[in-house]
Amino acid sequence: MSATVATMTESEMAALRARFPQVLSVDLRRIWLQRAIVAGVVGYLAFCCWVFEITFERLFGGLGKMWIVLRSMLVWKDMASWDYLGILQGLAETLGMAFLGTLVASLFAVVIGFAAARNVMPNRILHHLLRRFLDLLRGVDTLIWALVFVRAVGLGPLAGVLSIMVSDTGTLSKLYSEAVENVDRRPIEGVRSTGAGRLKTYRFGYLPQVLPVFLSTSLYWFESNTRSATILGIVGAGGIGMQLSERMKVQYWDQACFIILLILVTVGLIDTASKWIRMNIIGTRTL
Amino acid sequence: MSSQTMSTADGGAATSPVDRFERHRAELQRGRQRATLVYGALFLAALAGSVYISNFFPDRLAAGAPKVGDYLYDILPVLSAEHLFAGTKTEGSIAYWYFNLPKYLQLLLETVNMALFATILGTFGGFLMCFPASRNLMPNSWIYFGFRRVMEFCRAVPEVIFAILFVWAVGIGPLAGVAAIAIHSTGALGKLFSEVNENVDHKPMDGIRSAGGTWFDEIRFGVVPQVLPNFVSYALLRFEINIRASSIIGFVGAGGIGQELYYVINFNFYEEVSALVLLIVATVTCVDLLSARVRHRFIGKEHLA
Repeated sequence: MSATVATMTESEMAALRARFPQVLSVDLRRIWLQRAIVAGVVGYLAFCCWVFEITFERLFGGLGKMWIVLRSMLVWKDMASWDYLGILQGLAETLGMAFLGTLVASLFAVVIGFAAARNVMPNRILHHLLRRFLDLLRGVDTLIWALVFVRAVGLGPLAGVLSIMVSDTGTLSKLYSEAVENVDRRPIEGVRSTGAGRLKTYRFGYLPQVLPVFLSTSLYWFESNTRSATILGIVGAGGIGMQLSERMKVQYWDQACFIILLILVTVGLIDTASKWIRMNIIGTRTL
Repeated sequence: MSSQTMSTADGGAATSPVDRFERHRAELQRGRQRATLVYGALFLAALAGSVYISNFFPDRLAAGAPKVGDYLYDILPVLSAEHLFAGTKTEGSIAYWYFNLPKYLQLLLETVNMALFATILGTFGGFLMCFPASRNLMPNSWIYFGFRRVMEFCRAVPEVIFAILFVWAVGIGPLAGVAAIAIHSTGALGKLFSEVNENVDHKPMDGIRSAGGTWFDEIRFGVVPQVLPNFVSYALLRFEINIRASSIIGFVGAGGIGQELYYVINFNFYEEVSALVLLIVATVTCVDLLSARVRHRFIGKEHLA
């Protein structure tokens, strides 16, 4: 079969088509569907450009301004006069907020997580109510909680801790309760068969199974919270975000760039540290 | 010290295996205790440090707790059973609570539009960047390294920070928000996409290369058909995340319903706070459920963190 498509006769083509129907047939419906999807996406993008008033003038004007920002970000002036102590304190606040928020949320979540697990809480209605309540805590973004707590307890890192705590109580309780629901029944039956009470069953039947999952989940959320805590300062809830947004407001782009780099390095270090802890202390590789 | 005990244990024929086992056990236990002590001390130091730096003191908490309660009570709507379904003018009705609903819905639509638009742009960006950033597809390690770092930067900087920048560059409005979310999504999706690429089956690529295909042909006909379902699923997951992002990105003036929320919280329009928050939560939940359905159709039931 040395013939190419160009030199083949009609009958040869027809024979080949009959032999390999799946390879050589053209599914017209599929092609039209693809075209329709592409047209739909392009149309939607055009519509969005119109709705959001995206014009070439604005884009190019914006690019011009971005160029100015980029240039002043890369040229660092008067480095001696920068407030390094304030920046470092902001960074420490951010880490402290994330740590404390995750820790307190984990403590709450141990209790609520058990209560919201279907195999521990036999009452269906109570289980459902608890789950919906957790959904509500989780559904409201940390930044919104931060704004609310700033109104309640004033500016500063305490509002940040509380906001992380509340929204993470929702998330961690849900994840913990799922871990409790996935528990192996046999050790629990074993503990119960020795005549252990309710509390002892939880301590020796459930806890050894779920504790590694709890710990590594919390660690993962601590990691994630150090990222989200960096922006809480924008609404006044303390931390490095406050330092950053203040400098961006007065257009100290070089200092802003320094802070952003500092955040990136810190987050990277936290990631590495928590990966190490997860592998060496908790002994699990997965989340 | 441990080598010494080991040598006596080996040398002395009098020590029974039980003794040796006990000694080994005691040693392991000591090691564990030491580790517990060190980690415990580190943990306590971190705890003390964070309590101190974030003012997490009992007196401040005790002073703050009632205020939080008051605030949460204040934002609750005043609803009365007899007027529940009355018009917008009657206090105590749902319509009175949501008197601004047309405006909210318009802003909500803008928020969803922003998220969708940014997700599409981010998916395109991630799609273009993921192939050079895959170990197995990019032979040139400099290009690979460069693309990896750019994507890392894009996803490590929070959306809100980008948004502040873009608000300054293009002015207050949804364009800044869309650009910020799109850039962040590009970084996040590019990483996920390239991880999918790295698990791809190489046989179709080999076939295309043996038929004389270029690098682009290999990608287009060898890789893309394999990875597309996963890409779509990740893009949908990103859409869920972006809905959340676009609902708060208005806090810095980058468009969407967050701008209104920021306004009503700062001006203490209490009932509107709860109205808006509930609306946002409901929208986010609906989108989550819907997109989970679609995702499962693309790649079956799966576990995406």
